[in-house]
Amino acid sequence: MSDTINFRLNGEAVRLTVPPLKRLVDILRDDLNLTGTKEGCGEGQCGACSVLVDGRLANSCLIPAALLAGRSIVTIEGYRNSARFDHLKACFEKAGALQCGFCTPGMILAAEALLCQNPKPTQADVRVALAGNLCRCTGYNMIVEAVLLAAREGGKLWSQPTGL
Amino acid sequence: MVTTYRPITLREALEIRSQARTILLAGGSDLMVRQRVWSGTIPQFSNPVVLISHLKELQEISLTENILQIGAGCTLAQIINDPGVPAYLKLPLSQMATPAIRNLGTIGGNICNSSPAGDTLPMLYALDARLTLQSKESARSVDIAEFITGPGHNSLQSDEILSQITVTLPGCSRYFYRKVGARQAMCISKLSFFGLADTLTEENDSLIRDVRIAFGAAAPTVIRSREAENLLKGRRCSRVPQLRGDILACYERLLSPLDDLRSSKEYRRTVALNLLDNFLTNDLQRSCVE
Repeated sequence: MSDTINFRLNGEAVRLTVPPLKRLVDILRDDLNLTGTKEGCGEGQCGACSVLVDGRLANSCLIPAALLAGRSIVTIEGYRNSARFDHLKACFEKAGALQCGFCTPGMILAAEALLCQNPKPTQADVRVALAGNLCRCTGYNMIVEAVLLAAREGGKLWSQPTGL
Repeated sequence: MVTTYRPITLREALEIRSQARTILLAGGSDLMVRQRVWSGTIPQFSNPVVLISHLKELQEISLTENILQIGAGCTLAQIINDPGVPAYLKLPLSQMATPAIRNLGTIGGNICNSSPAGDTLPMLYALDARLTLQSKESARSVDIAEFITGPGHNSLQSDEILSQITVTLPGCSRYFYRKVGARQAMCISKLSFFGLADTLTEENDSLIRDVRIAFGAAAPTVIRSREAENLLKGRRCSRVPQLRGDILACYERLLSPLDDLRSSKEYRRTVALNLLDNFLTNDLQRSCVE
């Protein structure tokens, strides 16, 4: 049993026929071949599957297809076409904020969700914003530093819309 | 596979509820995990599913004088970001789960889950929250303490939807909330404590006009003792040291925590009483000198 669902994905209109309770993470990875979104725990605990839903961070393993109707989803594949991504990427590199990289797409989107609400976060703000994203290489200090660096050197990047 | 409904209006959702036994799915942060099978497969539900988190009728927050009404479909983040909601109500919500899950999980979902460790519950019990349960033909209003009947159990009927939470905001000069867990984010409470007091400063002392005390994860449902609160109401803050023993004894009788993988009953009982003692000493008693 499938339903046809209309939503926006990375700025483009999408029309999909899928089972209404199929998880967004499976739709992204299996139906749309967007494998930048990772599945870690599948229980909402690790944040590896984080995407932006109407600009807000959400776990794609917890969202059934039928709830996508009318929403706008941004995955790492869409976000990487933005100037903000280029800047965050440079800051993650500079701070040495990645080891295996599995958590990185989720971390980047969690950083985006924070910085678009709060372009000048404190270290405590960053730690709260990343609290749902686990890094099993445990490189947290570098990741927090990368986000702070991105905010410090980001200029006006986060005061303008991404267009996604 | 079961039928999944995505009604456009609350009325339509209630119509579906009136015709068949269904499962309500709001934010999905609990149900999508509980019903999951394995990666790449569809979560398995035993009854048809009605999606409700998108319904506009369930998403309003309004404050009229001191009556706060919160739509049951409001996400935790929506409530935390609402300027009309008082800080003592936001505090427990802002310590729940993670930012991403606070964008999905709803207050109505947390109530209807009716977990002894539900983190919205001690605060809602302390504030005497009333719940509006809507059905196709009528609506009823019930106190949250009557609604939740046991761990995971409540009196929601198969044709009803929890539509609104109503709180009469009390006067508040002090509040104290503590969630005890294995880590700060993304953990299920071992125990939680919510205390709120309204004190009136008089010469050299303060009068306790109102006090509310509730514990989460310390018994099958949230604990609140009117007897203990009445011992404190109308008294001076300087009298708290003399009343302390009786208050602690009141709650000691009510505590019946579990031994489980998260904690032991001895730990829970000890921490519960320590947190209560801390509230009595550092919030109430100290009010007399401030």
